[in-house]
Amino acid sequence: MGVSMAGPVQAVGRTAVSVGAAVGRAALMGAGAVRALKRVGMWAPHLLGQMARIGVDSVPIALFIATFTGVVLALQASYTFTGAIPLYFVGALVGKTMVLELGPVLTGLALSGRVGANIAAELGTMRVTEQVDALETLAYDPVAYLVIPRVLAGTLMFPAVVVLANAVGVGAGWLTSMYLLDMSSHEFVKGLRLFFETWDVWFAVIKAATFGLTVTAVGCFFGFNTTGGAEGVGRSTTQAVVASSMIILVLDAFWAAVLL
Amino acid sequence: MSIQLKDVHKAFGAKQVLTGFTLEIHEGETLSIIGGSGTGKSVTLKHIVRLLRPDRGEVWVDGQDVGALTDEALYELRRDVGYVFQFAALFDSMTIADNVAMGLRRIRGMSGGEIRDRVEECLHLVDLDGYGMRYPAELSGGQRKRAGFARAIATRPKYLLYDEPTTGLDPVTTAVIGNLMMRMRQELGVTGVVITHDMNSAFTISDRIAMLYEGQVRFQGTPEEVKASHDPVVRGFIEGRPELMEVAG
Repeated sequence: MGVSMAGPVQAVGRTAVSVGAAVGRAALMGAGAVRALKRVGMWAPHLLGQMARIGVDSVPIALFIATFTGVVLALQASYTFTGAIPLYFVGALVGKTMVLELGPVLTGLALSGRVGANIAAELGTMRVTEQVDALETLAYDPVAYLVIPRVLAGTLMFPAVVVLANAVGVGAGWLTSMYLLDMSSHEFVKGLRLFFETWDVWFAVIKAATFGLTVTAVGCFFGFNTTGGAEGVGRSTTQAVVASSMIILVLDAFWAAVLL
Repeated sequence: MSIQLKDVHKAFGAKQVLTGFTLEIHEGETLSIIGGSGTGKSVTLKHIVRLLRPDRGEVWVDGQDVGALTDEALYELRRDVGYVFQFAALFDSMTIADNVAMGLRRIRGMSGGEIRDRVEECLHLVDLDGYGMRYPAELSGGQRKRAGFARAIATRPKYLLYDEPTTGLDPVTTAVIGNLMMRMRQELGVTGVVITHDMNSAFTISDRIAMLYEGQVRFQGTPEEVKASHDPVVRGFIEGRPELMEVAG
């Protein structure tokens, strides 16, 4: 008996169709978002509130992650360099790694869980309980009212959170070097300044802005396209976190290739 | 002006819901659309304010082709339409007063004081005085439904669309909502479209009744004409006798 190819072919076809449909929906939503930008009166009153929710409320988790990342970076650098490389290079490694890579990426991944999941669950619940439809019947543009303030807030606030996280991470590495590695403050700062470029900070800011855009836009997309009640909300939330985490890692490589 | 649905077709995936639905709702009348669960009654209602677009066919409201309206013209039309959702669809992060005020904030030239007065007036009308500062989660199902009603009528719309306004309510609240719907028509001349399978309510509040069956209008007429109908599908539905509908189907 021959092996039927219909099953796998159909599965690939179905996947291609659903991915194509998702891309189409995302493009439509993107076009809707561009149109919605001009309805300033609808989104502007909610921008500050979203900046506080997405940015300010994320600071504790971002600083927690940054603190321990800075500590571990300093300890591992010292372990690796012992006897081979002067210890003041610990400062260089902590500074470069924190600012260029770990600060933005770890913060981005953590916030895709905190912010992206929150947005997808909130908008998903609004969708399945017809609150989005209710907004439309009350003559509101739901994209202007719900999506634009969240996406703008994410794009503006992620860089601020990342800059703060970078500073705290480097500070934690500095303190670790002084109190656990028997290095002087002077040695750490010497290493830190050795390879420091102002551009590195801008690089982190640009990356963080795109991560903020990604996390919030993906959360809004999956939330808006939720179907099927509570189970659907759970599915959308998971999809939003997985998709935004993957895009963050791809963007991370992209920016490294393009900007460095 | 009236609402017209002309040869509307709508499918979700392989499921064909509307297959040439044609109906006209005249100005100032209340028309109930009856039919079994899952036959597309709510889908029909959503086409009137373009929450859904037909795959084929046209929807006209106030002499305008709803499918051809620009975004701004659509918002203008929606200001004239109040929509009472089946499960109220209140914004759960807002107080009841803010929910009722939402549509009013989209009306240019309305001051904060006027909005507050209108909110109080609407809450009074649905017997929810003093509930303005509560959140939807703090209200019972019937109270939420009445709050949804207050939100829909706050802008004093020309059209009111009711999606199962009395389903799941106790008889007293059902009568309160029914009376409100009749007052809307009698005192304000509102044109109403009611989705329901509560036949008592349909007979009480409607000028005309249309039955949706297999994607099309099976029968339309006054409540008396519906009661006198010999169509086995209509009889089977209003008498709760599925065997009649099966024979006809």
